[in-house]
Formats: sequence, structure tokens, C-alpha cells
Amino acid sequence: MQGLRYEAPTTIEAVVALLTGAPAGSRILAGGTDVIVQMETDLIEPPLLVDIKKIAELRQITQESGGFRVGAATSGMDIVRHAAFCKAWPGIIDGVKLIGSIQVKGRASIGGNLCNGSPAADSVPAIIAAGAIARVIGPNGVREVKVETIPVGPGKTSLAKGEFIASFFLPPRPAHSGDAYQRFTPRTEMDIAVVGVGINLTLDGSGTCTAARVALGAVAPTVLLVKECADALIGSKVDDHALERLAAAASAACRPIDDKRGTKEYRIKVAGVLARRTAVEALARARQN
Amino acid sequence: MTSILDKSGFNPDRKLKIVGTSPVKHDGIDKVTGRARFGADLYLPGMLIGKILRSPHAHARIKSIDTSEAAKLPGVKAVVTRDDFPEIKAGTMAGDMTRNAMAREKALYDGHPVAAVAATSESIAKAALKLIKVDYEVLPHVIDPAEAMAPGAPILHDHVRTKGVKDAADKPTNVIERLDIAMGDVVKGFAEAEIIVEREFDTKPMHQGYIEPQACVAQATEDGQIELWCCTQGPWVFRDRLTEILKIDAAKIRVQQSEMGGGFGGKTGFYGEPVAVQLARKAKRPVKITLTRNEVFRATGPVSGTKSRIKMGITKDGVITAAEAELIFQTGAFTGSMFINAPQAMFTRYNLKNVKTVSYEVVSNRPKVNSFRAPCVPQVVFGVEGVIDELARKIGMDPIELRLRNAATEGYKTIYGETFGPIGFVETLEAAKKSDHYNSPVPKGQGRGVAAGFWFNRGGETTGTLNIAIDGSVTLILGTTDVAGSRISISMMAAEELGIPVDKVRAIMADTHSLGYNRVTAGSRTTFATGMVIVDSARKAITELCKRAAGIWGVPEEGVTFEDGYCRPASSNVGTFEPLTIAQIAAKTMASHGAIAGHSEMSVTGAGPGFGLHIVDVEVDRETGRVDIKRYTVVEDAGKAIHPLQVEGQFQGGAVQGIGWALNEEYFYGPDGRLQNASFLDYRMPVASDVPMIGTEIVEVPNPRHPYGLRGVGEVPVVPTMAAIANAIGNAIGIRPQSLPMSPPRLLKLMDDAKVK
Amino acid sequence: MSKKHHITTTVNGDECDFLCEPQQTLLDCLRDELMLSGTKEGCATGDCGACTVMVDSVMVCSCLVLGVEVDGANIDTIEGMAKGNELHPLQRHFLELNGLQCGICTPGILIAARELLARNPDPTETEIRYWLAGNLCRCTGYDKIIRSVQAAAKEMRGNA
Repeated sequence: MQGLRYEAPTTIEAVVALLTGAPAGSRILAGGTDVIVQMETDLIEPPLLVDIKKIAELRQITQESGGFRVGAATSGMDIVRHAAFCKAWPGIIDGVKLIGSIQVKGRASIGGNLCNGSPAADSVPAIIAAGAIARVIGPNGVREVKVETIPVGPGKTSLAKGEFIASFFLPPRPAHSGDAYQRFTPRTEMDIAVVGVGINLTLDGSGTCTAARVALGAVAPTVLLVKECADALIGSKVDDHALERLAAAASAACRPIDDKRGTKEYRIKVAGVLARRTAVEALARARQN
Repeated sequence: MTSILDKSGFNPDRKLKIVGTSPVKHDGIDKVTGRARFGADLYLPGMLIGKILRSPHAHARIKSIDTSEAAKLPGVKAVVTRDDFPEIKAGTMAGDMTRNAMAREKALYDGHPVAAVAATSESIAKAALKLIKVDYEVLPHVIDPAEAMAPGAPILHDHVRTKGVKDAADKPTNVIERLDIAMGDVVKGFAEAEIIVEREFDTKPMHQGYIEPQACVAQATEDGQIELWCCTQGPWVFRDRLTEILKIDAAKIRVQQSEMGGGFGGKTGFYGEPVAVQLARKAKRPVKITLTRNEVFRATGPVSGTKSRIKMGITKDGVITAAEAELIFQTGAFTGSMFINAPQAMFTRYNLKNVKTVSYEVVSNRPKVNSFRAPCVPQVVFGVEGVIDELARKIGMDPIELRLRNAATEGYKTIYGETFGPIGFVETLEAAKKSDHYNSPVPKGQGRGVAAGFWFNRGGETTGTLNIAIDGSVTLILGTTDVAGSRISISMMAAEELGIPVDKVRAIMADTHSLGYNRVTAGSRTTFATGMVIVDSARKAITELCKRAAGIWGVPEEGVTFEDGYCRPASSNVGTFEPLTIAQIAAKTMASHGAIAGHSEMSVTGAGPGFGLHIVDVEVDRETGRVDIKRYTVVEDAGKAIHPLQVEGQFQGGAVQGIGWALNEEYFYGPDGRLQNASFLDYRMPVASDVPMIGTEIVEVPNPRHPYGLRGVGEVPVVPTMAAIANAIGNAIGIRPQSLPMSPPRLLKLMDDAKVK
Repeated sequence: MSKKHHITTTVNGDECDFLCEPQQTLLDCLRDELMLSGTKEGCATGDCGACTVMVDSVMVCSCLVLGVEVDGANIDTIEGMAKGNELHPLQRHFLELNGLQCGICTPGILIAARELLARNPDPTETEIRYWLAGNLCRCTGYDKIIRSVQAAAKEMRGNA
């Protein structure tokens, strides 16, 4: 690594200024659990690292307008230990809990998990299913975008030069809502998801599903938000028939690859299995609320 | 004096005070405080960092290497290539060794070293590697051993002609050797069989997975002496191999073993060490080389993958009449898989008369394999124990009962020529049959499997010294690397011999100047063989103690005995004297006679074979193919458990390694011949949440050739593991897998193809 | 090469400082600059936990933290676990119950286990296993590690 420069600005303006003027390949350093690994394995050689952890608001969870604002660099452990957030969004917590070991979660952030651009990232399906909004700050000001618009391909985001994600907004939860995230891995922990499913649904007073969002991870170049899966649930009581249709829609939506973590056929099959199991869990949580 | 190898003095009625207990190991305190020094934990003044440039091609001719730009980079103090290693003819053992350490004519695998630098910092060393220009002529490569055997396959070595084949064609091949090992008459045996089962199996290559990457520090004097600090399973082996490939006298190389963070066979050969030595000689400064995890997976010595065909025949009342096997082992780029172990061990626990095996060793463009526990045996026992289970099902016999019906006992003449002395296979099977695990009902939705294993256990060249200090405390100089706790077990045996508390004994792990040659720590030989040597040393010291007591008392030597830490008159006829402690004798005679010590150098024989039976319950997720290990029990004969907690630890560790091998561990190669999963993320070893507690039952059928009756226990625990799990999966879902690993995609496909509900 | 940063930090209660290039990890700095080699490198990519330390009371892999990030931070490593000659109960129980074989994973596991018991003094077996999932061991099969943690936890709860 020749000439790596490290900066740790203390204001958001300074972050934007550094990023805007940064040479190609420069990276944000939040938790570092992807960036440092990529540096160590010689996949990247960033000329500049901008450490954003000295800016308090980027590492906090606050309640806002009935929902939550989560700083993009908040560590996974801080998120899973936030009692109110856990109560509201157990599905997002499911995903965050699976981002590596306790040690990794001591540093890893949702912002990093999203912007690293891996289609298998564990926190992404659930935040997409949750309808999270990313607050993007850059040289042209602030914009609020749906998180599903951020990843555009493996390792690629839609962020323009000089932009970074400062926080995520999770909207207020209607009554009878529940979310869940499940993934398939060969081991119990420490694996990259072979398939990941995040489901967020809302029921009415009679137990009928009135809203649903279903996101599939690790089965396409980016996480997929699958309308056909949502349609399978909306208007139903999330009974076995609906779950069958959900599973079929999930398998049909997959565009997976063969790799060292799973074959195409396997991912297509297991996507259906997991979609069903995840919906059952989200349903149980919705019924408790 | 009769050699301890001929008369061990084993006495089953001896009352033991220390052997058989589990004291805290003396080296433990350094390990729980971080003070213990492993391979990477040495820092010397002026030390440089060495880094190795590795071939990105699986097979390529190295036309030229230009290191001039790298050598000019400020901070670079030495660069080495093949030109810095003595020329040694290809196709000899030394020729293979030097080429594996530093490529000469060709790069033979992704990761093969082609050059190296030593620089004042890691970042400079890495930058220097980028400046080295290598002109490769990329050649077609072959990874799969069956493909490597096929006509037209890319050939790795022009000099290879298949050994063991009559009238082998005189043209280059990738088949190194064919071994035909047989006994009796299988044609007759199969004719007598009433049921025959024949199956094919395959296993993927895997890695030992030790957590400590190889690391060493080398330094050289101006007049050609070398000091090498490294983690190793064999300091003398490393030294002697270095003398061969670098052409330096053994007396001028001092190898000091560090503590070792796991080896399991993978550190019985060197990787970065010769490179560090050559860099140190050129730079005239110490050089440290630590391998990265990526380098460990790509370029050390992984474990053989195999293909096998196994056929066995049985009578309806359960007597196995014949067994046949055809086996293919891949050895990576150079010969050295120890595949002879497979035909010798695969059926050896059963009372078979008619066995025929044909085995092949094949090279391919992968790193040269190294041993894992019980090299080449677990892979084929995976198949044998599955066939045995199938035979048991076909005749409606309990699987342990079938193994008992055919169990080998004392007096059985093995296929490799040795006759069994007292062995504990029957006792192990009976203990398993009576065990709580085997007698508890199989929980709903789960499947239970059993499998048996055998390992020869080894002796071999071993040395050691025991020194008595003036205060009667004792120090031991041991040569065989302590992989997990042999040091304390050996100290316990010394203490038992001398009748002193184990706290009065301390051992060091010696360097190659301090003792004569020790073979590698491998083969489950250390506690057995080094124990033998230290007991022998203790007895020699005791002889000297008695001689000195006789001198003190003015009586003949035969008039003195040693018991419980005291020299005493052998009988009242000798006279009345107060017994003398070791400390008293030492204090009284040090000045006049010098120190009291015993040492021993021998090639230890009499190792007692080990046997095990594993019982495992599994649950298989029908929709995803994921296997959950619900309960596991290892029943194994240790002969005598010197330190029971250590022995349990060996059983448990081996079982969990086998679980990883069974379920998820494999090497993935891309079409370009490059390893795709060279990290712990994608080389999936079991984590703590993947496994349950591992039940253990230590059976003790002593080996009377050892003074304490012990048998090696390190390797047997991995031998039957994958077979037991496969048998359990078979009982859970109705199809017994024939391929390792039994990963979820494979299992799901197996179930779907067979329409398992 | 990169200009070095001067980092001042507190390690095991002692203030100390070192120079490092920006790409050197905390693991590199602890071992190669501060000579604290008790923290081990098994993979350098956060997959094995052998390098586990505490940074400002957070349990992390030191291979996933840069040296430049710990200016002003409090770091706890294995070297600070015993107090004088008094071993921590975890260290003692690992010794007594044979919770270690080769010992390379042990420093990381002890740091992780201590943090677990600080937050959860009475963990179930499952909780211990999942907490330690980021610490690979290849020798023991985890059984005696879990038992050592359970025994230490029992003693620390006052039920020795």
C-alpha cells in the first residue's frame, strides 16, 4: 500500500469536501469490516480513507416522527442492544445479528453493509422490506431515497462522487405489523448467505394482509424487491395457499449464479423454502402487535 | 541391561499415583496469559520481513525472472529466486523438496513460490513483489485425478513413469505409482459370500485447518551458520531436509521449535522456511516470513481427495468373506501422499482372510498434499464403513453386532505383515454397545449411525534426556513437538518413575543441537515413544542413583533398590541404612561424581494399535439439506489414559474435525485452476454453535509393550467420523451419501433425485 | 511509503504510543510496534477471532481495526487479563478443565468469554456457543472450552 492517506473529519461538511475532492478509489471507513478485509487481500488500494466515526450523529439511533433514524455508521452491536428499535423492527435485527461474529458486529454498520454492494449482505433485505429511506448527503445537498435504489450491482452503488449515506429513516409501524429475516447458510454462523429473505407485512383487524414487502438476497446481482411475492400475500390471511404462491413467486424471481456457496438450482429451491418460513415468522410477529 | 523395548516392565497391578490423573499442564500458564511464543512471536534486532511471490497460474513454464527493479527499491535488502537454491536433479526426493519450496523449471500450482524478497517493512516487501517480472508460458492444467490419469492429460513431470506396473510404458505420465496389496484369495472369498455389496465413493480435497499460519525467523552468520525459529512438527526433519536442499552441514543449522498452533500433519514439511534461510543469508540480517491465510490454503500441504470402489461379501449369518478395493489418491504436484496407509488400514480391524486392493497415486496441478490425521485412511473408511452398514442391513443384523462378529483379536495377522498383540477392538465395540448413547431411543425425526476405525499408531526414532538437579527436582529435554499436551503426560511418567510429585518436573522442547534425531510428531507416536524414551532415561538415572547410594553406604550395587522416590537397602542382609531421597543422593555426590542424568536414543517399537467406534445422531432438514449433529459419542481404546482430560480432548477434537470434513470442508477450484475459497469464510470449518458437546468413553486395554500400557490416541478419532455421520444421514433419510462433503446442495439433490419425503 | 502517524493510546491501563502507517491494523501495531504478541493472527480477515481485543469496551477483531483509528482509545488485550499473579477465573478454569490444547486460539477466546460473562453472568450453553461463534478452534472441538466458561461463570456468580 503506497501512500495511503487517512483522515478522520469531525463534521459532515468536511466529509463531503474530502469525498468530493478525493482521488478515484477512495473509500469511507465506517466499521471497516469490508474495507479493511479488501485492503488486506489486495482487492483494493484506496488512496484515501475517510473515517466518519468521529461524527456522533452518524452513530446514533434516535426516535423521529414516530419512527427511527439510524446513523449509517452505528455499529451492529449498538443496534441490536437498542431495546426500542429491537421491539419495532425484529426483522432488521435478525439481519444485523447475522452480519458476522460478535467481534465483527462491534464495528460493522448498516451503511457499510449496504454500500459494500454485496447481494448477500444480511441487513439489506430487511431494510428494503421495511421501506427504509436513506439520507444521502453530498456536494449538491441532501436527498432522501429509498434504500433499494442504492445498490446497482455487485460492489456498485448509485451514489454520485462526493456523496455518502448519513442515516436511514425507518417509518412508524402501523398496528399488526411484523418483519423477519432468514437466510440459509451451511453453518450456523460466520457464513455468507446462500439465500436471504426479508419480509415485512401488515395485517388488518381481521387478520388479512393489507401490505407486504418481500426482498430476496444472494439470488441476483442486487437484492430483489419482488412485487409478485408481495401480491401473493396481500389480500390473503397468509394461509398455506398464500405461502405456496409466495414460495413459487420467490423461486421464479431468482436469477442466481453457481458459486462456491451454492448452485443455481439450490438457491432457486431454497428461496422458496425460506420465503415461506420467513413469512410465517413475520406473520407471528404481526399477530402479536 | 535388557532394552526397555524388549521388556517394558509393564505391570497391570502397579499402583499408580500420578499416571491416570489430570494435572494442569505446565505449559498452560503461558498459553492462557499470551506469553507463549508461537512461530510469529519472535522479534530480533534488525529483522526484515520476507514475502513470497507466487505463481498465479496452475501450470506454467517459467521462462525468465527479472528482479532488478525490485532489488533497487529502497528498503529491499535481498531478493531470491531459483538461482539462489542449489541445483538438484528433478525426480529425487530432494529435487521435489527444493522445487516445492521454490519453483525451478515450472510453476505447478496456483500459489507455487517463484521468488521472494526481504525488506525493512511489510509494505515495502509487498511493493517489491509487484516489481518482479516473471515471464510465464502458461500451459494447460489438470486438477481432477481421474482426468490426470486419462490419456492426453497435461503432464506435470517428464521424468515420471508409473512405479509398480509391470512393463510400464516408457513415456511421461501423471500416475506416480500403483500399489497392489492383497492377502488370501478374494475369488474364493466372494464365491463363499451370500450377499455382496459394491459401491463407489469420492471425497474432495480439504485442509488441516490449523489456526496458526506457518511462521519462522531465520538468521545466518557470516561464516555460514543458520538459526531457524519456526513452528514445526519436526525440527530435526526440517534441519535434515535443509541440509539436503541447501547443502549445509547439519551441525551448522540449529532449528528451534516454537510453540505450535496446530499442525495435524500439515506442519511435517517446510514451506517458507528454506526461503527465509536463503533470504537471511543474502541479506545478512534476520528474516521473518509469516504466511497469510490465503497462502496457507493455496500453497501449504492440503489433504488428499480420493475416488474409491469398495466391494465386500458376507454370509447370511454375518461373516465377511472377502473385501476388495480400487483407490485413487491425488498427491498434488509432487509425490508424497502416504497412500500406502489406505490399503493397509482400511479393512484392518476385521478378521478378514481374503483382501485385494489396488491403489494409485496421481499428481495434478495442486499443492503437494501433506498428512492429516491418519493420512489417506478416513477418506476410504468413509466407504468401507458404509458398505459394512449396508451388509448389516441386508442380513438384518445390528451394526455393532456385525462388527463384533468380525472383529480382529490378538493373533490376527494383518495385511501389512504384523501380527496383533493384545488389542481392544472387541472391548471398544462392547463398550459402545452398552453405552448410554447407543441404548437411548433415537429421537423422532433423527437418524443414528455408527462406524469403526483403526490406526496403527507409530513408534520411530526418538531421543530424550532427564536431568536431576542438586535439590532433587528434575528437568526433561524433549524433542517431539508438543501439539496438545504430551509434555505434561511425559512429565507425569517421569514423576511416576522417580516417585516424586509431578510439580517437581519441568520439560523444555529442545532445539536440534540439544538432542539427537527425532522423527516428526505424527502417527500418534509422541506420548508413546517419547514417553518410552523418558521412562528409559529415568530408569538409567535410577540405576545411577542406586550406584551412588551403594557408594555412600559402602555396599554392592545389587544391594540397593529404588522405590517410591527412595534408594533403600534391598534386604536386611545388606545392612541397616536410612533410605536416601533423590535430593540427598544428588547433594552428597554431585561434587565427587557429577550430575545425575539419563538419556535415551532409540527407534521405538511396540506401538499398540488403536480402535474406535463412533455413535452419532443427526437431523436432516428435508427442505434445505442441512445436517444438524444432535449427539456424538466417541468410544476409543487408549490402552492407558496417562492424562484422561487430554485423551478426551483428542477424541473430541478429532470428532469435530471429522464433522467439518463430513459436512462442509472442500476445496473449490475454478476453470482456471485457481483456488476459489482460500479463506476461513468460504473454507467452512465448524464453529462453536455448529456442534454439541462430544461424549467420550475411554476404554483401556493396555499395550504391554509400553511401561504404562498406553496407546496413541491422536488419529483414530478422525478415522470413522465421516462414515458414522454418513451412516446416520442414511438412516435419517433412507439414502446413504457416497460423496464428501455432504454439503446441503449435494444432500438436497440426493433427496430430490430419490424423492425422499 | 505512507507517512507514519503517531498514535497515543492506553493498553491494559498503561499509556503508550507508537508510529504506524495508515494501512497497519491494530493487530499489526500491538504485535510489531508494541511487542504485545499475545494477540494472534489466524487469518487477518475477521473470520477466526484469534486477534480479539477490547477497544473502548467493545469486543472487536483487532485485524479489522486500523492502528490510526485507536488514537486516544482504551485497549484491553490478553496480557492484561491476569492481575499480578492472580489469574482471572476463566484462565484458571481453562487450565483445570483442559480448555486449551495448542493454545493459539486461547487468548482470543478468553477475551471474548470475559466480555460474555460481564454482560451475561449466567449464559446457557447455546448462548455461550453463539457468542463464541467468531472464535475458531481446531484442536478441542469446543467441548472443554464451553465447560471451562460454564465453570468460571459459576464461580464468578458465587456458587463455586
